[in-house]
Amino acid sequence: MSAVVPGPGSGRTGVRRRVLPGFGPALGFTLTYLSLLVLIPLAGVFLRATGMSGAAFLEAVSNTRAIAAYKLTFGAAAAAAAINAVFGLLVAWVLVRYPFPGRRVVDAMVDLPFAMPTAVAGLALTAVYAGNGWLGQYLVPLGVPVVFTPLGVTLALTFIGLPFVVRTVQPVLQDLELEVEEAAASLGASRFQTFVRITLPGVLPALVTGFTLAFARALGEYGSVVFISGNLPFKTEITTLLIMTKLEQYDYAGATAIASVMLVVSFVLLLAINALQAWARRRGNAPLQATV
Amino acid sequence: MNTRPAVADPLWVRLLLTGTALLFLACFLVVPLAAVFAQAFENGWRAYLAALDTPDTKAAVLLTMTVAVLAVPMNTAFGVAAAWAIARFHFPGKRTLITLIDLPFAVSPVVSGLVFVLLFGAQGLFGEWLIERGYKIIFALPGLVLATLFVTVPFVARELIPLMEAQGADEEEAALSLGASAFSMFWRVTLPKIRWGLLYGVILLNARAIGEFGAVSVVSGHIRGQTNTIPLHVEILYNEYNFSAAFAVASVLTLLAVLTLILKSLVAWRLRES
Repeated sequence: MSAVVPGPGSGRTGVRRRVLPGFGPALGFTLTYLSLLVLIPLAGVFLRATGMSGAAFLEAVSNTRAIAAYKLTFGAAAAAAAINAVFGLLVAWVLVRYPFPGRRVVDAMVDLPFAMPTAVAGLALTAVYAGNGWLGQYLVPLGVPVVFTPLGVTLALTFIGLPFVVRTVQPVLQDLELEVEEAAASLGASRFQTFVRITLPGVLPALVTGFTLAFARALGEYGSVVFISGNLPFKTEITTLLIMTKLEQYDYAGATAIASVMLVVSFVLLLAINALQAWARRRGNAPLQATV
Repeated sequence: MNTRPAVADPLWVRLLLTGTALLFLACFLVVPLAAVFAQAFENGWRAYLAALDTPDTKAAVLLTMTVAVLAVPMNTAFGVAAAWAIARFHFPGKRTLITLIDLPFAVSPVVSGLVFVLLFGAQGLFGEWLIERGYKIIFALPGLVLATLFVTVPFVARELIPLMEAQGADEEEAALSLGASAFSMFWRVTLPKIRWGLLYGVILLNARAIGEFGAVSVVSGHIRGQTNTIPLHVEILYNEYNFSAAFAVASVLTLLAVLTLILKSLVAWRLRES
């Protein structure tokens, strides 16, 4: 632990065995803190779930209401992540390639969903897209109700996932060599061909990473959805809300069973994100860690 | 300005793409932001201030501040310690440790609250033991702090690890070789080096600690004036159809979010400069 440091003028300048202090205490504190706060409590969920009988567990995680909740949650999360992949790429492209007045303000605003409490975001979106809201008043007559529908759930999940794709793709776009695009152009490629054949493959690892981050975040989201969804079982009830409802009814076993399913999905996605980031690093254009 | 003609897009393409991107951001970011304030001030200034000036709102603000004051320094200390161990030393299992630190971001906030109910709730593992001794964790301040700590664990560590890895340890080694103690090396060399990255992480950590909803919702019990944080108070007002009051309190949180964005941009700019 104590540093082996040759003192000034000790004449042992050839020896470079300088050990920085604090490894033991820092790692010890890190492991203890993380174990007590995160790892042991999480293990408790699985411990509790294994305490259930197999039949009861299976019933809790696969009854029709739970299946309906999974379908809505995974479907809406995938749709929201896909919307964000398209528009996030567009926003990143515009922010990197096209200078326009107020670009820095727009750039800073992209992070709003990270900074805004999810409950406030949920209230705000509900107010805007309700039948009498600023945008809802035009959508409802068109036969597109948003509030209390799966579309509303998708909308809320799009909001909270918005920064992920922009923030993973943007630094990669910034670092792409314009020379390669120029070479493509000089060889007769149109701008569109250049984009599809040169630019898109370059940002693909970052784009897929951003999509997965947004998808993973959307699966576990609660606050921004509960206000706009209306929470109708079988229709607009997402998985996290189902867990919450079971807790309020003191059905701890049911809540734990569904939570353990969601935890397994979270772990798998976390590993997938790690693998994707390793892929991006190998391709030489690692996205910044953009999870916030 | 793009002065390279071969990779310059025609004006109409630039306008179309920029317009579409800005329209998307307007519908999703600007309009909801404006709506919070429009709803909050629907009944005028007087009603706005009256909605904020209630005992329940004041209690919620005080509780949220208490939770943040406890949670932010603890997770900041954790982040610095974790970054010091990970960025400055080689040891087996380092990548796994980084993944484990990120774990709370992958876990749903609702599940993050649930884990503490399963441990310390009335039916929980330690529930009986706690009840016998009269300790209250769930539906009380300790539960709120634990849930907040859980969801905000990674913020400081994940800002500092890449920063400290990029900076290297040359200055620290120099300080030690000049006879500095470990303590003075940390305060006079390391801390000044990482201060902007540290501040950036703390700003994000603080914003999440104040705004967290799902995790604290599970452990709070929603006792008015006692275990309601600001976001939970907003929910209760809204569910009581007290819309303008709900949005008035929400507007305070929105202002904090905007302030967070401004500070974050300023700090990021300083971080790039240094």
